[in-house]
Amino acid sequence: MKAKILTTLVATCLSSAALAQDLEVKITNLTHGIYYTPLLVAAHNQDTALFKLGEQASEALQAMAEGGDISALGQILESSNANMVANPAEGLLAPAGSTMAMISTIEGNTHLSIVAMLLPTNDGFVGLNAWPIPSAAGTYEVYLNAYDAGTEANNELVVEGSGAPGILGIPASPGAAPGTQGAGVTASEENTMVHIHRGNLGDDEQVGGNSDLHNTVHRWLNPVAKVTITVK
Amino acid sequence: MKAKLALIAMSALLLSACGDNDNNMVMPEPPVEPEPVEYEFAITITNLTHAQPMSPIAALLHQSGHYFTVGMPASEALEQLAEGGNNSDIIADEMTLASVSTVGPLGPGATTNLSIKTTDLSELKLSLLTMMVNTNDGFSGLNAIDVSALPVGEVQMYRTLAYDAGTELNSEAAGTIPGPADSGEGFNAERNDNHNMVTMHSGVVGSDDGLQSSTLTSIHKFDNPLLAVTIERVK
Repeated sequence: MKAKILTTLVATCLSSAALAQDLEVKITNLTHGIYYTPLLVAAHNQDTALFKLGEQASEALQAMAEGGDISALGQILESSNANMVANPAEGLLAPAGSTMAMISTIEGNTHLSIVAMLLPTNDGFVGLNAWPIPSAAGTYEVYLNAYDAGTEANNELVVEGSGAPGILGIPASPGAAPGTQGAGVTASEENTMVHIHRGNLGDDEQVGGNSDLHNTVHRWLNPVAKVTITVK
Repeated sequence: MKAKLALIAMSALLLSACGDNDNNMVMPEPPVEPEPVEYEFAITITNLTHAQPMSPIAALLHQSGHYFTVGMPASEALEQLAEGGNNSDIIADEMTLASVSTVGPLGPGATTNLSIKTTDLSELKLSLLTMMVNTNDGFSGLNAIDVSALPVGEVQMYRTLAYDAGTELNSEAAGTIPGPADSGEGFNAERNDNHNMVTMHSGVVGSDDGLQSSTLTSIHKFDNPLLAVTIERVK
């Protein structure tokens, strides 16, 4: 972890030029049973951030984290002339699956961000936050953590239509069929800032229990994604 | 430091040698002591957990040594910090050159800033220690980060991991956890963990997860990393 961050720092020092670059971004879902909703991959200027740790989520981030809707974040990026690829996996990215995004940056778009909602979670997402793109050609690896947008209580109940911001529940649970009729894990969110996701709880009951998720299927530990960036 | 001492010793030797041979030698003016240069680091810390307040966070400058080592038993000072959130013995450790502590605990989602100063950069290390207060003996921090070569204006970013002091069984039982989840006991000199050594933390279980005797719930769970830390040399 520390070494990774130091690598990033070294990269920061190298990336002083802000010229156009060609990037190949490969994203691998490292989890055992968690799906990514459509990914948003973007090279943008240094003043843009899709999220900030320890700060409140924007409405655009909330829409992505609660319902997988990347359109509002896409508009923010568009208005700052970012170079982006939306939905490179053309749908969900399954556990152990990989996808590739090719990005040609324009001058000044020196930072790379990636986000996608994690399913099934209430408002969990995988994120890369304004990673400084090295100017030196080469292949770089970054591992990503799972974040909690802090905008919704993690009740772990699958509720159709709950992807809309403010509607409590998990909108969908791809893969293994989720449980039903859970009572709800919690009704409150203690940390309303963007933070590290504490993980799903789940339970071992198909019907009832607290959670609709399965404790043997829907857990994870960080990191949840591997990103391989090739700077050409 | 050693090199400097050796130089002084040598010049003293040379001077006394001269003195022996020539009593008329004019002694040089004693050199004017230069004003000590002050170096300063600004530390920003964000608590990334969902419901684990951090006990008052100690930032420590030292030249050598470690306040903890994975695989080795915790010092009693670390036990005080990891079981009860009391950092005063860690700060008082003889290897500490300079220290600063947050006034109170740092809540989930909150950010705090610390400033720490020293007059000597050589071999300078920075360590950071805090307890996750809704655990039996869990702590997080940085272990002897080398900051001796950090240029002014440069920022280093870190994400900290969760450790277990290994001094108290992770029973999660009522009365054993000092944080707001329980308001139970902090430090207890007895060491009753399975292994008397520092390890990575395996996380908390909680009553929702089958440990019925736990006073914690699913909200107290955490995953790495726990803190976002930036260190900037400002002077």
